Amino acid sequence: MDNRIETLKQEILDKLGQMTSLDELDKLRVEFLGKKGKVTALLKGMKDLNNEEKKSFGAEVNRLKSAASQHIDERVAELKQREIEKEIAAMPQFDITAPAPLERGSYHPITLVQRQCETIFKSMGFTVEDYPEVVTDYECFESVNIPKHHPARDMQDTYYLENGQLLKSQTSAAQNAILRKYGKKMAEDGVPIKAIFPGRCFRNEATDASHENTFFQMEGMMVDKDISISNLIFFMKTMLSEVFQRDVKVRLRPGFFPFVEPGFELDINCEICGGSGCSSCKHSGWLELCPCGMIHPNVLREGGVDPDKYTGFAFGLGLTRLAMMKYKVKDIRDLNSGSLKSLAQFTDDEA
Amino acid sequence: MFLSMNWISDFVDLSGLDKVKLIQQFSLSTAEVENEIFFKGSDISGIVVAEIKSVENHPESKKLHLLKVDTGENELTDVVCGAPNVRVGMKTAFAKVGAKIGEIEIAPRPLAGAMSYGMCCSEAEIGISDDHSGIMDITDDVANGTDIKELYAVDDIVFEVDNKSLTNRPDLWGHYGIAREFAALAGRELKPLPSEDLNAYSELAKVDMKIEDPLCQRYSCLQVENITRTVSPVNMRIRLFYCGMRGINFLADLTNYLMLEMGQPMHAFDSRKVGKIRIKRFDKPFTFQTLDGVERNIDENTLMICNDNTPVAIAGIMGGLDSEIVEDTTTLTLESATFDAASIRKSTVRLSHRTDASMRYEKSLDPEMCDAAIARFLYLLKQYDSGVKVVSALTDEYAFRYDTVKLSFDKAFVDRYTGIEIGNDTILKTLNSLGFTVTLNDDTFDVTVPSWRATKDVTINADIIEEITRIYGYDNFAVHTTRSPLYPVRMDTVKNDEDKIKDILVKRYSLHELHSYVWAYSDELKSLGIEVEPNIKLLNATNPNIETIRKSMIPTQLCQIKTNVGYAPEFGIFEIGRVVTGIDENDLCVEKKMLAISLYSKTAEVRDLYFKLRDMLAVLTDDLKHKTLGFQKTEPAQGYIHPVNCNTILLDGKPIGYIGIAHPVVMKKLDKKANVVFAELDMQAFADVKNASIVYEEPSKFPPMDYDISVVVPEGVLFSDLAEKWQNEGKGILKSAKIVDTYDTQSFHSVTVRFEFSSNERTLSSAEVQEIMDKVIANLKEINVTLR
Repeated sequence: MDNRIETLKQEILDKLGQMTSLDELDKLRVEFLGKKGKVTALLKGMKDLNNEEKKSFGAEVNRLKSAASQHIDERVAELKQREIEKEIAAMPQFDITAPAPLERGSYHPITLVQRQCETIFKSMGFTVEDYPEVVTDYECFESVNIPKHHPARDMQDTYYLENGQLLKSQTSAAQNAILRKYGKKMAEDGVPIKAIFPGRCFRNEATDASHENTFFQMEGMMVDKDISISNLIFFMKTMLSEVFQRDVKVRLRPGFFPFVEPGFELDINCEICGGSGCSSCKHSGWLELCPCGMIHPNVLREGGVDPDKYTGFAFGLGLTRLAMMKYKVKDIRDLNSGSLKSLAQFTDDEA
Repeated sequence: MFLSMNWISDFVDLSGLDKVKLIQQFSLSTAEVENEIFFKGSDISGIVVAEIKSVENHPESKKLHLLKVDTGENELTDVVCGAPNVRVGMKTAFAKVGAKIGEIEIAPRPLAGAMSYGMCCSEAEIGISDDHSGIMDITDDVANGTDIKELYAVDDIVFEVDNKSLTNRPDLWGHYGIAREFAALAGRELKPLPSEDLNAYSELAKVDMKIEDPLCQRYSCLQVENITRTVSPVNMRIRLFYCGMRGINFLADLTNYLMLEMGQPMHAFDSRKVGKIRIKRFDKPFTFQTLDGVERNIDENTLMICNDNTPVAIAGIMGGLDSEIVEDTTTLTLESATFDAASIRKSTVRLSHRTDASMRYEKSLDPEMCDAAIARFLYLLKQYDSGVKVVSALTDEYAFRYDTVKLSFDKAFVDRYTGIEIGNDTILKTLNSLGFTVTLNDDTFDVTVPSWRATKDVTINADIIEEITRIYGYDNFAVHTTRSPLYPVRMDTVKNDEDKIKDILVKRYSLHELHSYVWAYSDELKSLGIEVEPNIKLLNATNPNIETIRKSMIPTQLCQIKTNVGYAPEFGIFEIGRVVTGIDENDLCVEKKMLAISLYSKTAEVRDLYFKLRDMLAVLTDDLKHKTLGFQKTEPAQGYIHPVNCNTILLDGKPIGYIGIAHPVVMKKLDKKANVVFAELDMQAFADVKNASIVYEEPSKFPPMDYDISVVVPEGVLFSDLAEKWQNEGKGILKSAKIVDTYDTQSFHSVTVRFEFSSNERTLSSAEVQEIMDKVIANLKEINVTLR
């Protein structure tokens, strides 16, 4: 009997040594330790033994059983470890320095500067308004204090359409509608009008590196009781400092725009030379940036806002000009060229 | 417009002040000054009056002469001179040895073998005119050796004001008005303008003159005789030259001088040609020769000055050649008038002829200047030509008077508008210095606007604010933020959707945003075989190529794709832009904001490209609206769209756009080897669809059950047709049905659809799922869809 146990033990050890896969080990476990396995079979041959013998043989078989099980487990662990090592060895070293393909889209540069401006104004509680590109003479001129034959209409060569409408020559065309949209709420609930309106504008002129017939402006206005010139200057300085991400110095000069009174041309100190004078600022140290002013009483009145109770300021920013300044675009025509060689370079640029 | 500081200083004493600083202040307070300031005369020195004592021919040169000149020193100076106009006894401008002209320092030098100790100068060389035909001929009686700068006002500071910034300031088109600004800025007195008292001639006969047209506001005239002077005084010529005008003759120069001084254009007629002045328009067009010799077409809207019925000048623009002063003119009629500004402006545009006079008239000149200009003109005329005789009374018809503008406001108004404290004294002083009459009673200012500011410029109280604040100086403002209350603001839906769509298309799908023009470029479209869709046109397009407004953005994008063929084998572009789809019942354009997307690929199969675009649209809609798009097959109306696979895009059952493939005809011209698909969506229609709210569904604790069927689908039957057949089955437990496989042979098209069932309440039984599927399969048979 003892012999059989020893032989079986030896057999298990021999076979274990030859095992190379977990599958084989599973089979081995069944062959010896399964219900019909060789070790179990030993127990079946115990019926001929006396009780004492049964007890000691049983104990031996159990020892064999647990020893075999332990051997198999060890071997399983060893093989598993070897498999992991193999897997690790199989992993190649990647060249992480290989250039990334960077498949990416692009925003139009106007979208980028427009968003930057919008973010600033939204943070100050301004609404962003949308307005059509085809407008009436009333919207573009009459309602903003530019009556027929006013010399101011000379300043802008407007594209007129067959039905008498026109392509808006200035974002001011939206002023009247915005005053009407929010004026009532201001009168009734005291909610000030704070709005910006970015949009495409059109001028009938020949195009070259610095002239386009289609370009973007962004107009803004604020109307409330007691809005003053002092507020206007403060606001423009704050806003432009945000836009240019620096402490901008501003300078106001009288400027004539029919929709404002007083009207101003606003200059900022030249970023390139810091104000000492360079070719970018024509050696003046200042860059003419945007027209602004106190909204003309006629414009307020025409928009249904009582100019005796309310005052307001308005300003116009050339988004196209800002984009050109910011990204150092030399030829304005690049912007509407539709050429991906130029325009696919403008990925996201959140301020 | 160029301005002379010397001229300005005639009317305001600016001595002891930094002129350049004042000019800069003027730029910040009044009108934009160009950057470059000209320091006239600063580059010349050592030039004196010298008399030519002898002239000999140069032995070695035909052109040169040997001169001896008297420069006021003990000995005569030897000079070699090439000017043709040298003569003994002539006084000229002489640059002595050591004198400087620009970069050149005069030194003794041999000229064709003879030594020259200095240089006789032309006016151009000194910089006081453009005359370089000969050396300067000084006719004034002056001692030899006098420095030219002592004799004439060569030294001056000249600056240029941007004309555009004077658009609304008719009073600033002459030096006197500018001087008033300087006086206000410097806090100094403005001197009155010396002029002749015209009342002295009231006994004389009047000129036969009549305004017969309301476009003439005022017409003043005066006849003078016995003008003997022909050449203008040097100082007058220098000023005119510094201000950008050429000297012509004394009379012409004097009218120009007066215009530059007062801003009032004047004209002088030969009295023989204009005995009966009538100001009117004509019923019929005709041609008229202006004094520059050009024949111009005059129409019935153009105001003319006439001698009875013969036109002699285009009012406010230019005189006629026939009535011009000529050599034998003895009596002349001086005109000083004002006309309707808009009429002059329109005539100028019609004639495409803008003159110094019309430029001023367009700005609405002050009619009060008419007689004042004549009085000043006569004063200057007599100064320089003492024998002049006035032969008529001032003849003046004042047909249109501007209302006197009186304004009234209180201190609180100024405070509210400015946001700072400006004292009453400052307000009074500022307005007074600008010519406003002001009285202050209690807290109320009563202001009378001077006539020269009352033609259109200053009409309301806000205008007064500008006067006060610009002189106060914007740099001196204390600035502060507003005190407005805070309220939440709501953003526009279209705008919000627009921003999100751009982000998804750029960031998720790597598309490129482009911008384009709102009109259809007919040439470019033609090159792609695309007809411009008839639509509303621009009236005044300078280029016929751009006259039609586009109805769709897709043709634009096809052109853009053509531009970019070769950029990459595959790319996608998009734009949110505008189109005009038609004209509404009020004759207004129906403008729409559209999202257009086009995908181009040399590598992808057209089907894959098409579905890539379809998927993008589905994702946009799912992301922004939490909704599913519908599609409806449609026949394309435009030639650039492939007749197959053009689908209307539906959202909430409403059409919001379409998706299609570029027509092969277009692709042949665009890129034979590539595919292009596109979609166009109405942004407003998209934005109008409310987004479905998110309804949270708890994940089921019970196992789901899948059930696959493979069916043969007859041609023309769409997945949406199949879906209709199960949409009412398995309510609550049929969660989804997806295509997991397709299998096509020559004879049939088959799809495998996987149905997912699950319940939150129980484990489903095979039997109940089978029952539902049996119904679905039966339903499908209705449209001849059968199990494979």
